[in-house]
Amino acid sequence: MKTTRTQEIWVGLFVALGFAALFILAMKMSNFASYKATDVYRITVLFENIGGLKPRSPVTVSGVRVGRVESIDYDPNELQAKVVLAIENGYNFFPVDTQASIYTSGLLGEQYIALEPGAEDEMMKEGGRIRHSQSALVLEELVGQVLVNLTSK
Amino acid sequence: MLDVLANLGGWWLGIFKRLGRGFIFLLQTLAGLPGLFLRPGLVIKQLYSVGVLSLMIILVSGWFVGMVLGLQFFITLSRFGAESALSVTVDLTLLRELGPVVSALLFAGRAGSALTAEIGLMKTTEQLSGMEMMAVDPVHRVIAPRFLAGIISMPVLAVLFSVVGVFSAYFVGVGLLGVDSGSFWSQMQSSVDWREDAVNGIIKSVVFGFVVTWIAVFEGYDALPTSEGVGRATTRTVVHGSLAVLSLDFILTSMMFGEI
Repeated sequence: MKTTRTQEIWVGLFVALGFAALFILAMKMSNFASYKATDVYRITVLFENIGGLKPRSPVTVSGVRVGRVESIDYDPNELQAKVVLAIENGYNFFPVDTQASIYTSGLLGEQYIALEPGAEDEMMKEGGRIRHSQSALVLEELVGQVLVNLTSK
Repeated sequence: MLDVLANLGGWWLGIFKRLGRGFIFLLQTLAGLPGLFLRPGLVIKQLYSVGVLSLMIILVSGWFVGMVLGLQFFITLSRFGAESALSVTVDLTLLRELGPVVSALLFAGRAGSALTAEIGLMKTTEQLSGMEMMAVDPVHRVIAPRFLAGIISMPVLAVLFSVVGVFSAYFVGVGLLGVDSGSFWSQMQSSVDWREDAVNGIIKSVVFGFVVTWIAVFEGYDALPTSEGVGRATTRTVVHGSLAVLSLDFILTSMMFGEI
């Protein structure tokens, strides 16, 4: 069974089209491009309540993304949630008294961690620990507080 | 009374017999795959008739499915003022479910039925036994290249379906309904995970390609060598292939996207 020239060209085109589609899928339609293997260093931070934070949530400083949440765990000794942040090596200028807060993008959007650099001269290194943290706002707690304020008058 | 029981038993025995034959046939086919490296021409020819000729139906349906998704999600999402989530919703729907499933259903209808009819007719006209006479194993020569071509084509077609679908949703959402173009792509890139969503969808389509092509070539090879038998086998390919795709999709989805 010999294949004709046109068939071969068409099959070649078919396969090329497949690879092109895969490329578009990776670059345009998913986060493949942000998988680049940049070197990171890890710092830990404890939160009272992480709300809806998830692994791979963004870590930002002044709105600029500098890393991602690597893992979330519960620390049984501190009785708090332990969040490990993977920060890109290029952003190594966080003083040891940096504060981490959990915010929500938009009213119902996804949650992310915002870092606010402190004033110390010593910088955070691999394995460092952020001491000041501000938990996620839980809508139910807020509503509860408002109700208490309204009824206690 | 005993007749009913006997018929019931016979029916079940028949099912198991077919299942067993199908499985042995699959093993024989798989054993024939390595020999194809020596004759890539056979596979290219089948890639043409299975893959390239299915392109049209896949691309056109992908385009329209994407447009419908874009329109429907826009109508629902704009009620909550969440039009910016349009791209993510469409992309996830296509990558995880509709891309692999709909293209597999179309593939079963377009390419699977053609494979069954072709092989069944070869059997009816005794071309297959003719090959055996010439000491050529028809499973290696006829079945294996078609099987391999089906497995290769299916993921390519499914990925094309998803990509075309997203672009048509872009056309509807951004072009006609006024969603912001920049947020369309950036929302998608920030919320759709390559490994979790895209790769799982591709794995699904490989599994579907395997199952649909297996059913198609087996039905053809197992068809009664009459014109009626070939007709029935073709119908069975489409029915069983579609049912297999839909039920497997549930199992795969619960394995991939269930509790992580």
